[in-house]
Amino acid sequence: MFWIIQSAISQGILWGIMALGVYITFRVLNFADLTVDGSFALGGALSAVLIRSGVHPLLAVLIAMIGGLAAGFCTGFLNTKLRIPGLLASILTQIALYSINLRIMGSPNLSLLRIDTLFTSLADIGFPERWVTMALALVFTAAVIALMYWFFGTEIGSAIRATGNNPMMIRALGVHTDTTTILGLVFGNGLVALSGGLIAQQQGYGDIGMGTGAIVIGLAAIIIGEVLFPQTNFMLRLTGVIVGAVVYRIVIALVLKMGLRSTDMKLFTAILVALALYLPTLRGHARQFSLRRRNGHA
Amino acid sequence: MLDIKGVSKTFYPGTPNENPVLHSVDLHLNDGDFVTVIGGNGAGKSTLLNIISGAVLPDNGQVLIDSDDVTWLPEYRRARYLGRVFQDPMQGTAGDMGIDENLALAARRGQRRGLSWGIVRTERDQYKTLLQDLNLGLEGRLSTKVKLLSGGQRQALTLLMATLKQPRILLLDEHTAALDPKTGARVLDVTQALIEKYRLTTLMITHNMREAIRYGNRMIMMHEGRIILDIEGDDKQKLTVEDLLHQFERVSGTELDNDRMLLS
Ligand SMILES: Nc1ncnc2c1ncn2[C@@H]1O[C@H](COP(=O)(O)OP(=O)(O)O)[C@@H](O)[C@H]1O
Ligand SMILES: [Mg+2]
Repeated sequence: MFWIIQSAISQGILWGIMALGVYITFRVLNFADLTVDGSFALGGALSAVLIRSGVHPLLAVLIAMIGGLAAGFCTGFLNTKLRIPGLLASILTQIALYSINLRIMGSPNLSLLRIDTLFTSLADIGFPERWVTMALALVFTAAVIALMYWFFGTEIGSAIRATGNNPMMIRALGVHTDTTTILGLVFGNGLVALSGGLIAQQQGYGDIGMGTGAIVIGLAAIIIGEVLFPQTNFMLRLTGVIVGAVVYRIVIALVLKMGLRSTDMKLFTAILVALALYLPTLRGHARQFSLRRRNGHA
Repeated sequence: MLDIKGVSKTFYPGTPNENPVLHSVDLHLNDGDFVTVIGGNGAGKSTLLNIISGAVLPDNGQVLIDSDDVTWLPEYRRARYLGRVFQDPMQGTAGDMGIDENLALAARRGQRRGLSWGIVRTERDQYKTLLQDLNLGLEGRLSTKVKLLSGGQRQALTLLMATLKQPRILLLDEHTAALDPKTGARVLDVTQALIEKYRLTTLMITHNMREAIRYGNRMIMMHEGRIILDIEGDDKQKLTVEDLLHQFERVSGTELDNDRMLLS
């Protein structure tokens, strides 16, 4: 049982990086970005193909991230320059990426068996792989959170936050919101692909379908994080997203242990997110209901 | 200073909804002019301001600020000339960001934004002093999210933001209309104080005739896409609401719709 939980925690932290990417587009930029499913798989594809052809695993992960930056740029370009609505623009990129990812991988699935990954190469030196996975996941996540904390405190980062909050206002203050929108999507999808690249190496294969439903998992992590860390500062909110991703993974691990099939997980997650998104409305109903009761109309 | 030359605008041209809103409007503002703008609903007042700010582009004519031709400059690139406050208190501030962060965004209006910090400590002290002058008790709540402020507080903050980096022209579009009368009066006092402090060239749309008469050194009245009255100096000081109604009927040949043009 301990091993299952530990593995869920490590996985959760790695998936958490993806959720942080979703946090940038969904929460900071207020952009429903479905590129995520494609850019996550893109990261996995690039990472798998590159280490199979002998590229250093760390470099492979970085190139995977650059692939994600490009994917985010595409969606941003479609949305801001061609004026295609955000949701549709991101679906277009996502669909295009399906073909591209297949091209990159050459087959729907690439095994990394007996190939050195970031995780195995450290384990080879003699550290136990479970702890290596967890330590590496923590190092990457800490770096990503530090980077986000710094970046969104800069002038450009503040302008991106304001773009998500009130584009009209920030344009009146001289910011080209096309640029800030593109930047936010680029940054977000870069993190998503980084996460995909790491996950592929950690699980030992790249798969064309590995990103399917990633956006929903990201949302689940964000929402769980917000429930656990309500109304806190930016640093804690980012940490909350990671904690949310970990909690999500643990719940999934337990549900699987109880006998559900792994293919049922998408349904389970969708229901979870739907419920979570319903929560604010439910609170509103509850408040109205109790008001009515107090006034004797119920 | 500001020169508007022969500006026309028709919305949805060539469709059944074709809507001519401005007809070859000319307007010249001198440095330090404080001009109030009145006119009935749909007269084209907001459109005129939007054409100055670049939110709407004209069909014809020219807009010059400090003799720079800005007619086709996108909105975000004109921002360095302009401070703006809109009618809706939600529109001028980022609600999920702090008072200090909003001011810091405004302090960089029209500047290149880079990777240096979005706000530095010395700024906060400066903002505290400026907020103290507003006298709304905001100086102790620098990091409060703006969405927690009242409409009047938000509007006063937006004014502070619009004038923080002194603009060449301040554009106010019925910025007190959404507030209750008492708060509105308070915000107008703040407006007047800031305009005097920085000697700002200002265009202020209002639907309140008394305000239009009381404030500023010049007043224009718009009707159906044209400037039909332009009164300044002593003539304006002596003006009464009754005069104004008379003049309007004489020039426009119609009665003023009193529904929205408040006389009190
Ligand atoms: N961005 C826009 N797109 C289409 N029509 C507009 C737009 N802005 C204003 N209008 C129309 O132009 C006319 C004049 O509006 P406006 O300039 O807002 O008048 P005012 O501010 O004097 O009340 C109105 O009929 C309005 O519906
Ligand atoms: Mg208007």
